[in-house]
Amino acid sequence: MSTRIRIVSPGTLATIQDQGRFGYRRIGVPQSGVLHADLAWVANMLAGNTADTALIEFFFSGPTLRLDEGTLRLALAGDFSAKLIRDKVKRTLKSWRTVTLEAGDTLQVGSVMSGKAGYIAISGGLDLPQVMGSNSTYLRGGFGGIAGKKILPDSILAVNRETIDAGPDQQLPRSSDLATLGLTQSAPESDLPASIRVIWGPQDDYFTAAALHDFLTGTYKVSQESDRMGSRLEGPILVHHPDKKPEIISDGIVPGAIQVPGNGVPIVLLADGPTVGGYPKIATVSSVDLPKLAVMPPGSQIRFETITPEAAETLLLAHRRKLTGLLSSVEPLALKGVMDIKAMYSSSLISGVVDALNIPEPFDSSESHQ
Amino acid sequence: MPQPRFLNLGDRALTLEFGETIDQQLVSAVSALDVRLTREITAGRLNGVIETVPTFRSLTVIFDPLVLSRTKLQDRLIAVLSETEASVQQSARHWCLPVCYGEDYGPDLESAAASLGLTEEKVIDLHVSQTYLVYMIGFLPGFPYMGDVDPALYLPRHTEPRVRVPVGSVAITGQQTAIYPWESPGGWQLLGRCPLALFDAQRSEPALLGPGDRVDFQSISEAHYQELAKAMQAGSLDFSQFLLQEVNA
Repeated sequence: MSTRIRIVSPGTLATIQDQGRFGYRRIGVPQSGVLHADLAWVANMLAGNTADTALIEFFFSGPTLRLDEGTLRLALAGDFSAKLIRDKVKRTLKSWRTVTLEAGDTLQVGSVMSGKAGYIAISGGLDLPQVMGSNSTYLRGGFGGIAGKKILPDSILAVNRETIDAGPDQQLPRSSDLATLGLTQSAPESDLPASIRVIWGPQDDYFTAAALHDFLTGTYKVSQESDRMGSRLEGPILVHHPDKKPEIISDGIVPGAIQVPGNGVPIVLLADGPTVGGYPKIATVSSVDLPKLAVMPPGSQIRFETITPEAAETLLLAHRRKLTGLLSSVEPLALKGVMDIKAMYSSSLISGVVDALNIPEPFDSSESHQ
Repeated sequence: MPQPRFLNLGDRALTLEFGETIDQQLVSAVSALDVRLTREITAGRLNGVIETVPTFRSLTVIFDPLVLSRTKLQDRLIAVLSETEASVQQSARHWCLPVCYGEDYGPDLESAAASLGLTEEKVIDLHVSQTYLVYMIGFLPGFPYMGDVDPALYLPRHTEPRVRVPVGSVAITGQQTAIYPWESPGGWQLLGRCPLALFDAQRSEPALLGPGDRVDFQSISEAHYQELAKAMQAGSLDFSQFLLQEVNA
């Protein structure tokens, strides 16, 4: 018997992604892959997968999934909650944990509370063909993921293997400092703009001194025109140097490059962005801050701060060490609470039971932030 | 070997810039370094380098800073540069690609001819008269930037780009010519269409053309175009018939 997940509703812009497609930029194929590699990593580690396992990425509001037969463990990473419907009883679960579905269960994934992306990893991974060495969906090219398309209602996702006796569900420790690690962020309407560290270049010499100054002192806002290809920013217009044209003979681009066309409006290029481009790039976002910026919803405010590439490297190493530390502290739900969900249901104590993370709610309700 | 400028493209890429123009000399230098680095990567002597991206005038080297530090990479690149001869070229292919010019296939042929003061036949003659070099692939998967177009055909981009350029469109702007592998927006002048799929993610080599390839164009009739397009759809088109030779350029 093969285990399958049925997509009851896909939420907004849900696609299958992994850590990306590498080695094909020379033929114009972008890396694609998850916009927030750290969140995807957390999800996969909780699910007991390797970091590069393909998972579901969604923006703003999550999908509703149903398991018709078998048993399957999912892991939820991102700032959202989900409702598990089992035997007509609805319970609210916070993310940053796994949930083991039984036949007949429905999982309604809710809206993302901070940032815009959420991730659902599937223990054992999905049974999908790779294209150019990756399962990442590249919508514009129409390949990868599920036939190159976003996840549609009534899609069926075949799972590599059923989850058999995986033990208690897993969670990140409740005390985890998720905001410092860039896994959660403050609300877009927050007065304080988020600081995004960048490295000058490669074409900062195409701009006036005033433009470089404005770039660092101004506040930019993530505009509505933001997707997996790039985020357009609203803020000070950046004037190109009068001795230079606002165009270059095309050269290489990587995700994070901030290109400024003739209109002076900067665009941060992301995972599905082009491999080469003909506009000067004033700066490039540091790897440590790019995931956070990539998933900022429209309206979020940012300020740029420049650092050297050496400093960026040091920050990235320190960040990676902290994240590895967090992932090594994953713990079973049952250790801290009374019992895990599976045990709770199998003992048929439907209401009045507390699990490690949640006040039980037999019906729809919101819960307090952990 | 001309010495490139090292430009920072964030903390996980370096762009080695050989110049700021479109020039076959620059492409040779880029290609020589690319071939050399690819050999180092394949031999496992450049652990931490993920991929290289050749363009008209620069080579972007993408690396994993958690595996290879920027300083170490820079040192290695300087060493490799000192050992690289600009004349070393990768093996390239020479193609002769069929194009149906004019009418619905090349909606800009008439206006292009008018603004250049040439007949449509002359524009086609001049476009097929050159052997083009594939300078680089990019912008869209499989999109070949080729040159150099005869100076008598230099035209600017449209001021209002088309929302939809049909797949296979053969186009020119300035000294460059290209074939659109995808339906996409685009501002180039459309002269004709090529029935061959320039990109197919399912092929073992998804992109038909690669940097350094040479391309001739051959004018074909609408009937011939339709015949080739039908074979292309049926999956029975043998691409080797469009290959003049494998050359060591």
